[in-house]
Amino acid sequence: MSIPLDSVTELLRLQACGELSAEQIVVASLDSIYKSQNSVRAFTHIAEAEAIRAAKDVDGRRRRGETLGPLAGIPIAVKDVLCTLGMPTTCSSRMLRDFHPPYDATVVSKLRSADAIVIGKTNMDEFAMGASTETSFFGVTRNPWDITRTPGGSSGGAAACVASGCVPLSLGTDTGGSIRQPAAFCGITGLKPTYGRCSRFGLIAFASSLDQVGPMAWSADDAALLMSVISGFDDKDATSLDTAETDNFIPTRLNDLSGLRVGVIRDAIEHRSLSPSIKEAVINAINIFADAGAKIADVRLPHSEFGVPTYYVIAPCEASSNLSRYDGAHFGFRGRGSRDLEQELGPLIATYCRSRAEGFGTEVKRRIMLGTYALSTGYYEAYYLKALKARRIIRQDYDTAFEQADVLIGPVTPSPAFRLGEKVNDPIDMYLCDLFTVGANLAGIPSLSFPGGMTDDGLPLGIQLQGATLSEPLLLAIASVFQTQTNFHLRRPVR
Amino acid sequence: MTMATLTPPFNTIIGLEVHVQLKTRTKLFCRCYNRFGGEPNTQVCAVCLGLPGSLPVINRAAVDLAIRAGLALGCSIPPLTKWDRKQYFYPDLPKGYQISQFDLPICSNGHLDMADPTDPHRQKRIRITRAHLEEDAGKSIHDESAGKTESRIDLNRCGTPLLEIVSEPDLRSAAEAKSYLTELKLLMTHLDISDCEMQEGSLRVDANVNLWIDSASGQIATPIVEIKNMNSFRSVERAINYEAERQYVAWQETGRTIKDEPKTTRGWDDVREHTFIQREKEESADYRYFPDPDLPPVRIPREHVESIRETLGELPAACRKRLESEYQIKPYDADVIVNQGPSMIAYFESVAIASGDGRRASNWILQDVMRALKERDGTIETFPLPAITLGVLLRRVTSGNLDNARAREAFAKAIETGQSIDEAVDSMGIRAVDASALDDLCRQILNANPQVLEDFKAGKVQAIGALIGQARKINPNANPQSVRESLLKLLNSQ
Repeated sequence: MSIPLDSVTELLRLQACGELSAEQIVVASLDSIYKSQNSVRAFTHIAEAEAIRAAKDVDGRRRRGETLGPLAGIPIAVKDVLCTLGMPTTCSSRMLRDFHPPYDATVVSKLRSADAIVIGKTNMDEFAMGASTETSFFGVTRNPWDITRTPGGSSGGAAACVASGCVPLSLGTDTGGSIRQPAAFCGITGLKPTYGRCSRFGLIAFASSLDQVGPMAWSADDAALLMSVISGFDDKDATSLDTAETDNFIPTRLNDLSGLRVGVIRDAIEHRSLSPSIKEAVINAINIFADAGAKIADVRLPHSEFGVPTYYVIAPCEASSNLSRYDGAHFGFRGRGSRDLEQELGPLIATYCRSRAEGFGTEVKRRIMLGTYALSTGYYEAYYLKALKARRIIRQDYDTAFEQADVLIGPVTPSPAFRLGEKVNDPIDMYLCDLFTVGANLAGIPSLSFPGGMTDDGLPLGIQLQGATLSEPLLLAIASVFQTQTNFHLRRPVR
Repeated sequence: MTMATLTPPFNTIIGLEVHVQLKTRTKLFCRCYNRFGGEPNTQVCAVCLGLPGSLPVINRAAVDLAIRAGLALGCSIPPLTKWDRKQYFYPDLPKGYQISQFDLPICSNGHLDMADPTDPHRQKRIRITRAHLEEDAGKSIHDESAGKTESRIDLNRCGTPLLEIVSEPDLRSAAEAKSYLTELKLLMTHLDISDCEMQEGSLRVDANVNLWIDSASGQIATPIVEIKNMNSFRSVERAINYEAERQYVAWQETGRTIKDEPKTTRGWDDVREHTFIQREKEESADYRYFPDPDLPPVRIPREHVESIRETLGELPAACRKRLESEYQIKPYDADVIVNQGPSMIAYFESVAIASGDGRRASNWILQDVMRALKERDGTIETFPLPAITLGVLLRRVTSGNLDNARAREAFAKAIETGQSIDEAVDSMGIRAVDASALDDLCRQILNANPQVLEDFKAGKVQAIGALIGQARKINPNANPQSVRESLLKLLNSQ
């Protein structure tokens, strides 16, 4: 039989009725991974032996009638920015090429407790800095829908491994759009949760006040199941939300959307850089929601144009600090200073310089320089403090918008997946990929990307739904309704 | 350079930055034990090592201890405090930044009253600018022996909670700096906030020093120098004295003032007894402070501050005054007792109450008890003789049942042998002699010395002095005063 590696619900059902073992699932998944590595190359590490062992363990416990976790036997790929015990965690950087963390990220240990099978680590932009997975030290990942194109980034590997049929689920992280944009480019569903909803412990920091872990899957229902497993308060993360809300995200089936107020971000839909195919897809989605009973009205986020500049001050500032620890002294790559450099600077500074010069790629260095500059005496007020103020105003825009609407609908990206190499030498052009996504990170609100259309040449198009703090269940339920009425999330790339 | 005996032609202006390690069970941002020493790099975890993916979580006990210290220093405690990253590269700082507090310190605007070294009966108030919490760094150990240039790093100390207490430049001499440090250490140890052991690094001092000189062109100030590497109160004193003289000579030679030169950092060499330049200019000191995004600001409700204030108890200065008035002891004695810390104060008070004689209690503690502690290299907490026992012993002395010399012998024996005072007293045959036994003894001696009766009748009262000595030889427990009284009674009745 063919193994439905694109549906968690199906894999759970087939195991429960004894038609499929976890081992069979994992073997099929590994087979698929190895086949796609040459073309798509979503993985930086494949944990074959551990995955098979874990699958056998699940099968054994099932045979003995033991209670199993909610993701028993489900293979899952984890973005290589999340620490995994027993596997390398590289951030796709030369700097951490040989780093083996002595602990699991909290979200990873939650996966293991749920009996999910961590099958490998996925490629990403170096230290999650990028929108195309082209800044990885290990080489690019390609879009399964068109291997001349990017899968997006920075969670490009996590999106591509689902889209290429290797695994039904993956974990990504999103600092300025890094789950939602690749989800949109790869035709899958991805959620950036409320800041603090999923623990950041073991997530190697890019920009601490913006980073969030989130689920990636074909359907909103599968993403919801994964979200239920990974979310929750963690006393190891001081920014973790201690909410009284239950962490059950499995959508209560909505029959229709009557009473739901959907706010249309008109400025985004009319944005000059938005490609017509995406605009069409968003309008189509709005019509589907209207038909399901939702009330549609325009809303404005008057300061959204400041999102990208605000983001590209705050994120590099935090990054410049977070990445200070990679100095060659304690862990990670150590460069050797040349004799001349040592003479000039002394052995210590020479080692720092070589380690950081050789261990980091261009984009990472660019952001460290930006952040270091913006935090320096004389520039701090003009850049960092001003960006914090802008961030507060952007957050207030959302607060106002959520008085008028329950959710906001708009595009995820200005364009469908672009060609590899197209933007990699133009940082500003690359940064503008985050135009519609950074707002949710700056405001700390949840935001969902789900498939809502196709271009004429067969590239998927994403729709973005943003909600107020802790409204993930609502976002997932709405997407679930959309997915009962459409089949965009059921389209598959030609293998 | 010797100018010590002359009144120096300048004022020395000193501000101190004191780091004290807080006595918490665990470190500031992780759950590693906060202990001194240990094999290098054994008291560490992912968080204090700064491993990728690790996150800091504040230890509320350290916040509470800092508030406690701040209240004792008369500081105001803000309703909100936050954490900032101080960024610099150094191998003993594994994250590349230190979590500290920049613009919202947990304590600000306080003061410390200390003894004026020129007149110990007067107090001088030194203003405290601020006190903030931060994590300690690790230690670099440079092995330059036998031509090696090896450096080793011990990260055990990383993440130990530190309170940096910054004074205003209110101190005017090395002696004042020492007095300030003595009082600060007393306060911190008294409140169990820190051990304040300079040798172990749980108290570290940096001194900012410059001079105000009256010159022909009006008053000038010399460039500010920060002195580091001082490892005892004595070296702080010596370093400041040295530096003041050095700055004066430098000013005479170069005429350079605070306007001509930025702050420099100099180290103190305890062996060569001089300061040496460590950092020429502060050009590297852009620490790029910014709020730590991993740590939310800490709210400190008023009620919480007040509840900590209630646990402060009596501070050393108030305690000194109370001991003086309540037990009628000398200021010097009160000072010595309070400086020994809360356990000694409690010990003294128990002895004073049990003996009913504060002065005798303080005399005994200052002389006998403290000498015994010194000989045994012990502390009052482990002193074998309970305070009540000592008090009861002293009560017998006061009431005349026991003379001071015998009490001292019993005290010494009890400590030496570990016996209780009663056992010591028994084994030494010390017991009160009752009145009839005493009379019998005196009668026996009078009979043996008929000449004394004659002399007495002839008006030579002093003749009985020799008999008192004889009585004590026969029975060492006989109290001389009682013997005298008994003798007089017997002689008068004959």
